[in-house]
Amino acid sequence: MTPLAGYLLVAALLFSIGLAGALTRRNAILVLIGIELMLNAANLNLIAFWRYGPHPEALTGMMFAIFSIAVAAAEAAVGLGLVIQIHRHAHTTDLDQMNRMKG
Amino acid sequence: MSLVFYAIAGLTLAGALAAVLLKNTVHCALALTVAFAGLALLFLELDAQFAGFAQILVYIGAVAVLVVFAILLTRGSETPKDGVYSRNWLAGLVIAAGVFAVLGWAVLESARALPHETAAPTVTVLQIGNALMSRYVLPLEIVALLLTAALIGAVIVAMHEKEGQK
Repeated sequence: MTPLAGYLLVAALLFSIGLAGALTRRNAILVLIGIELMLNAANLNLIAFWRYGPHPEALTGMMFAIFSIAVAAAEAAVGLGLVIQIHRHAHTTDLDQMNRMKG
Repeated sequence: MSLVFYAIAGLTLAGALAAVLLKNTVHCALALTVAFAGLALLFLELDAQFAGFAQILVYIGAVAVLVVFAILLTRGSETPKDGVYSRNWLAGLVIAAGVFAVLGWAVLESARALPHETAAPTVTVLQIGNALMSRYVLPLEIVALLLTAALIGAVIVAMHEKEGQK
């Protein structure tokens, strides 16, 4: 197995773990944690392809990963702010109990 | 495939599994930190020093702390009586397993075509800075705008509404 295949398999496993977390947990914060894990798995793929790709000096994959990290940080801030506001409004972070859009 | 890679990959995956499976939410956040640290080590193993240290600063320094803050503010550390898993957890598990099966199949099928070991690229922070200021200057500006918008948006969304002030 080439090193790149190993990294890709780890990233695939990490993505699946994150997806399972996002789909099976009730707590909204845990769902966000699952989404963060999925984003990180994508970053790992980008860096691995950059490292073993034909032109690492072009820095394409590296730049993509850096911008992706910045966007993920913004996403986490807004997502957790929304969770806090929903908790203040509905007094729960249980996603199974959030079944209507009316406030 | 070195022993170091297997050790770091095992640490990362164990952290991710614990973050998804543990019952206490605070423990989940701590396990998530372990997973992020393992990912940073994987980045360093891939000779991407800048991305590795950015991962440590942004994820362990900011996102993990933010998650802990959110857990404490929402009192989410109390384990709910009716379990921590959603009603349709089996469907979620099946979907995740299916996604992993497809991804793993694709990787293993194309493993022969993937490039083999290459010489480690020597990328300095100077080169990254030059690229950010020349070729990638427009994306950099857009990310700056996005971060400002996210900052203001998060503050406005989470701001406490006083009664009768609407």
